[in-house]
Amino acid sequence: MIRDITLGQYYPANSILHRLDARTKFIGTMVFVVSVFVFHSFFGYGVATLFLAAMIVLSKVPVKFMFKGLRSIIFILMITVVFNIFLTPGEILWHWGILKVTREGLVVAGKMAIRLTYLVIGSSLMTLTTTPNQLTDGLESLMKPLSYLKVPVHEIAMMMSIALRFIPILLEETDKIMKAQIARGADFESGNIIQKAKALVPLLVPLFVSAFRRANDLAMAMEARCYHGGGGRTQMKPLKYKGRDYLAFLILAAYLAVGIVFRVVGL
Amino acid sequence: MSIELKNVCYTYSPGTAYEMHALKDVNLTISDNQFIGIIGHTGSGKSTLIQLFNGLMKPTSGEVLYNGENIWNENYNLKKLRSEVGLVFQYPEHQLFEVDVLSDVCFGPKNQGLTKEEAQVQAKMALGQVGIPEELYQKSPFELSGGQKKRVAIAGVLAMNPKILILDEPTAGLDPQGRDEILNQIAELHEKRGITIVLVSHSMEDIARYVGRIIVMNHGEVAFDDTPKKVFSHYKELEKIGLGAPQITYIMHELKERGLDVDTTATTVEEAKESILHVLRGGGKDSR
Repeated sequence: MIRDITLGQYYPANSILHRLDARTKFIGTMVFVVSVFVFHSFFGYGVATLFLAAMIVLSKVPVKFMFKGLRSIIFILMITVVFNIFLTPGEILWHWGILKVTREGLVVAGKMAIRLTYLVIGSSLMTLTTTPNQLTDGLESLMKPLSYLKVPVHEIAMMMSIALRFIPILLEETDKIMKAQIARGADFESGNIIQKAKALVPLLVPLFVSAFRRANDLAMAMEARCYHGGGGRTQMKPLKYKGRDYLAFLILAAYLAVGIVFRVVGL
Repeated sequence: MSIELKNVCYTYSPGTAYEMHALKDVNLTISDNQFIGIIGHTGSGKSTLIQLFNGLMKPTSGEVLYNGENIWNENYNLKKLRSEVGLVFQYPEHQLFEVDVLSDVCFGPKNQGLTKEEAQVQAKMALGQVGIPEELYQKSPFELSGGQKKRVAIAGVLAMNPKILILDEPTAGLDPQGRDEILNQIAELHEKRGITIVLVSHSMEDIARYVGRIIVMNHGEVAFDDTPKKVFSHYKELEKIGLGAPQITYIMHELKERGLDVDTTATTVEEAKESILHVLRGGGKDSR
């Protein structure tokens, strides 16, 4: 029913991308995101496309999973494209009433569409090849410097991993509750918006009750095992950069350099 | 009133890395006025199976027929099916949501289109049948004990007047006394109202005492489908799939091996006692 949410859905495979350190992948994603904005010619986007395609091939994740994430932003994508096409001033190609399509509008809309699409595919690639736990570990270690500014880095990372851990549990729970209520004749699909909102009560009440119960149980279990925040905690699997990570950083630096050079040269 | 499964297969997440075959080529018929136990290990496909019975899940291939009609035909009224085939899930927490017990039980009948008064009549009847006293009607369902919640959950489905009642692990998490009470009440429903009952459990002991037919699931396939006596006679095979027979079956087999000519098909302590006394008083098994 509602299991088709890709963002944050790990796809198990044995590839070089899966084996890379989470920090490397996180920085890599950042570099890619930046590069998508640094490139501003279609030739530049060609380079980004090549890079992205190479990463997808390396990840051994079936291509259709990459595009699953796009479904959730299709609406935003459409709005952006439509607004840019009609509202950018410039050389008029076609008009009807107050609506006019400009050459500049088409170009901007095309660029925005490419950027948005690549952003989503790029970050899906990271979440598809990195387990949520690795990801939060990586983030915690990357944000370590902030703890000198009294930012509770460990606590933030812990909250994130708990939240991520709970998403599939709550989804499954929602599925079960829906089924239990459908078995009692509940109808979540038909009716107008008010009836639909009302129909959600039998779903939301048990869901909240169960979420609070689970949170309570987890807090108690953590305390029973003497959890008291970040100070002095060590990790079972400490993150460590390996040869492949340094290689990855080299490639990323080269890729970013290409982007900057293109920008400076004006390609 | 019968549910028929023809060559039913069910696959979770087909075409992904998480693909899992939950049911493989299952053929079953659940006919009128039966008391059936479905037994199987965790992951044997029993939960998937019962959700196929009332159309909560659609089989990947094969047919599910109710009274001879394919329930996945285009214009089939699934809502009506679900009110005739009642399904009570394992955790009552998944369905209790109202401010008080009575209104919670009214939820099902109201969805069937009954008025508030009619629904309350149905609800009170159902609550009575599962042994919930009137003092509790106005209490919040969240304040009840585990056993009471379970009963209210069963009443919530029973109030819809189902012709077939499916219960997923109704005794899980209950103390022995609560377990016996619930099972006795379910048995009574079967006898008095003639409702077909399908009981899902992994406790052989629970099931053996009540049901007339046992379906053993293993790795998504029907391993055995017969009367308890016949199913338990395969106790060695049952052990291999991690289930085993009721303790009494082992005792009877052991006694027989040691030379006491008892009836090894006894499934309850009562039956076993009779058989042992009979033998000890001098009557052989054959002379009965």
